[in-house]
Amino acid sequence: MGKFYTASVVYKWTWEQVAQVFWMRYPNPYSKHVLTEDVLARRVSGNCLYTRRLLTKTNPVPRWGERFIPGPRNVCIVEESIIDSSGHTITTYTRNIAMHHVMSVEEKCVYRVNPENSKWTLCEKSAWVSSAVFGFGAAIQAFGLDRFKKNATKATRGFEYILEKWFPHPQPVHSTDKLKDKARKVAEAAKAKASPIMSARPQPS
Amino acid sequence: MNSVGEECQELKKAYDECFNKWFSERFLKGVTDDSCADHFRVYQECVKKAIKEKKLDLWELEKDVLGTEREQKVPPGSGK
Repeated sequence: MGKFYTASVVYKWTWEQVAQVFWMRYPNPYSKHVLTEDVLARRVSGNCLYTRRLLTKTNPVPRWGERFIPGPRNVCIVEESIIDSSGHTITTYTRNIAMHHVMSVEEKCVYRVNPENSKWTLCEKSAWVSSAVFGFGAAIQAFGLDRFKKNATKATRGFEYILEKWFPHPQPVHSTDKLKDKARKVAEAAKAKASPIMSARPQPS
Repeated sequence: MNSVGEECQELKKAYDECFNKWFSERFLKGVTDDSCADHFRVYQECVKKAIKEKKLDLWELEKDVLGTEREQKVPPGSGK
């Protein structure tokens, strides 16, 4: 029994924009663990582009896991994808091939027009993490899932970085930054009001 | 991005440039001809050789999973 995980991400760009930069998403500042990418097979059938790629990534393991995974610890990933230009979907399926006997991670992502806002793109992810290492399977799976989530966040940030670079939003200021800015101004105003009172307080002799 | 075979770097770059242009200017607009075949062929020869030299599992690399029975299934009761 492995672990199953789902998540959805909304990219605030149109499906066409997401598709335009799909093959250009590496390198980005969040993809330092991705070392190489190569196309292994590619064909067009109808309106669909089928691609299979080989990616290699660094794969640091925790100390207790080193006994299962002798170095070098770079991992090979196969990424299959189908891009449907008329149906407006991108489907990817990613799996590790090196160290598969220790831990297997498979991920499926479907990018489509966000049903709630056609100017945005919805990406739905499913992931399966499993390990058959006797006695350590559960610990390896928990570690694998945790790293999968961290890498998934990096992948999203990286993709957004590339999207913003190619298709900048008119106001690139993030809402959280705006809030922080507002909070800072409020704090400064409060301080300015408070200081005369503070200085008027009698000093202890 | 780098290629797994250092010697394939230039061939990959030439192919990627051709492909990216074709992808955005033709494929996404519904034109499905293939104009980068020559670039692809020489790049592929190089990559396949590099993979062999690195002793990567070719059988696993050539296996299709997406769209086949080999895809993992969503467990029942996970709301999907």
